[in-house]
Amino acid sequence: MKLLRTLMAAATALAVTAFAAPSFAADDPGPAAYAKALNGKRVMLVPLAMGFDLAQGWAHYLKKEVEAWGGTFETRDPNWVVDAGAQAITDAIASDTRPNVLIIHAPDLNSYSKLMKKAQAAGTYVMLVDNPANFPADAFVGSDWDKLGQLEAEAAIKGCGENSSKKIGLVQGDQANSSSLYQYAGIMKVLEKHPDFQVVAKPDSNWDATTSRNVTTTMLQQHPDICSIIDFWDGDATGASAAIRDAKLDGKVFLVTTGGGEKAADCDKLEDGTYGAVVMTDLARQSGDMNAIIKFLLQSGQPAGTSHTYIYTLEKATTKADLKPDSCWDLKALQAEAAAK
Amino acid sequence: MNAIGWPNWRRLNQEGIVFAIAILLFAAAALGLPGFLTADNLVAIVRSVSVLGILALGMAVVIIGRGIDLSAVAIMAMSVAWYLQLLNTGTSDGLAFVYVLAGVLAIGLLNGFLVAYADVPAIFVTLATGSFVFGYVRSQLITQDAVPVPGGHWVELLGGVRFLDIPIEVFVFAGLAFLVFLFLRYTKWGRFIYFAGDNPVAARNIGVPVRPMLVLRYVLSALVALIAGLLTAASLHSINTRIVNSTLLYDIVLVAVIGGIGLSGGRGGVRNVLVGAALIGILLNAMTIIDIPLLYQNLIKAAILLGAIIVDGIINPRDEQTAQQGDI
Repeated sequence: MKLLRTLMAAATALAVTAFAAPSFAADDPGPAAYAKALNGKRVMLVPLAMGFDLAQGWAHYLKKEVEAWGGTFETRDPNWVVDAGAQAITDAIASDTRPNVLIIHAPDLNSYSKLMKKAQAAGTYVMLVDNPANFPADAFVGSDWDKLGQLEAEAAIKGCGENSSKKIGLVQGDQANSSSLYQYAGIMKVLEKHPDFQVVAKPDSNWDATTSRNVTTTMLQQHPDICSIIDFWDGDATGASAAIRDAKLDGKVFLVTTGGGEKAADCDKLEDGTYGAVVMTDLARQSGDMNAIIKFLLQSGQPAGTSHTYIYTLEKATTKADLKPDSCWDLKALQAEAAAK
Repeated sequence: MNAIGWPNWRRLNQEGIVFAIAILLFAAAALGLPGFLTADNLVAIVRSVSVLGILALGMAVVIIGRGIDLSAVAIMAMSVAWYLQLLNTGTSDGLAFVYVLAGVLAIGLLNGFLVAYADVPAIFVTLATGSFVFGYVRSQLITQDAVPVPGGHWVELLGGVRFLDIPIEVFVFAGLAFLVFLFLRYTKWGRFIYFAGDNPVAARNIGVPVRPMLVLRYVLSALVALIAGLLTAASLHSINTRIVNSTLLYDIVLVAVIGGIGLSGGRGGVRNVLVGAALIGILLNAMTIIDIPLLYQNLIKAAILLGAIIVDGIINPRDEQTAQQGDI
């Protein structure tokens, strides 16, 4: 009997211990450590400009998340001027409210390298977004532009078809921006594997829609049998599409471009046939990656400049055939959401 | 060349030099580049410089009166961006247009008033108002760099208008060029612009209303910029305010100056704008056909401009009057 009683007592004790276990769960050290590492931290985004879809989308998702964990989120608007961006970064590093994480959208491979080094030396994590640069940032989040170019070229080849002229025209951005250079390299890689396809012209638009229209007009006059044109950005591809429309070649020239997947800029134009295919960045996911990296870096405890990671966003060429209601995000809806607050 | 009359062919001036270069380029391109000398391509050349040429017409009128309007591109892009934004947010078309027209007139008047009555140099006034217009409209009135034209709106339909397969902006450019020509050559106020540009003090002494006319020129320039902006939006179905950061403003001055409109004022006319626009149009088109990268295109453009200025400097040394007054 004594043994039984002892056993029962032991069982009771065990049960008590077992039932008491949830009180340990309430002491999960995670949230406290998380709050301690993140609370009051500052995140600053310096894009090329705040006036276009990508930057406004990033800012929306980052702000929502950063403010939710008790941080401060700020943006600076260099309005496409490299010097103004440099000034904004310099001021940010020198100010009393130096950001803990600086997210930089680099205008070219080299301009901000020294400043980013200075930022890291001051203890700020530097994250590059969208455009790579010749600098070992703590993290790069954005497109693999080479891969993106390959996807564009594959879409163009598919859009042309086997029985076409197999002539492709490129409207490049410029000869300085990494997104333009790597995109070109990617396109050429694919075209090398398809030697029957040839690039008949590759003018630059300098990211300007009017220039894009003028060079595309000339290109179409020189080679009226072009079956596909790849314009390196949806921001100026409106010009290339105007040239195609003016030449009455709608439906005959398959226009491929790339963009941030904004509804009015990309999906609406796939829907109405202006663009044949758009390699779109999943902006919400890309912003999610940035948020995750910010949270990781701030908790990692490692000094700025010691980690180098590349988080490439999954890209996909979307055509009218595979458009879904959620293929794009809607800037107007985000703005309305922000205005409602 | 006499100040505003027909060219004196015995003496080669900058306009003549640039015209000769344009003809040479044209001949070389016609012979060497397949597809250059086709009707479609010639139309494309004129079209590609139409908006530039229209802006240069406005600039020419200001420069002849010894001024300069550095706010032209900002007015062009921002007025139309604001107009489209108003339409996109549901303002009625008529009301939106009245707002924008009033805004454009106000900036033109402000430019003119500050230059004419406050005696601030034009280059500073228009630089400042240009930045102001851009900054105010961009930050307060519109939400994005690129503003689309609402579907089915007359601006969108305007872009599709063709006569004889020639886009509308070519006709607008030709029409405006003819109007400015008539204004400068056959109206009293047009002639006065040359007097005022050549010697403002003397013009005032003989009773020319120098100051009100100065205001008028900046208002004209602002209105011309609005027209250029509407045509740009018509063709692209949207307007991108990034154009304010581009080299367009310098290209406008380039077209006017390379054609032979002296920055010291009082000289030149519509023909100079046409010659300058022809050179730039042929040059850009030929370079695009040859597929020359943009960096080299800018280099070649700049080299030709420098060449024309140097040759002009050698053939036509600066006269005593300009040396004393100085350029702007």
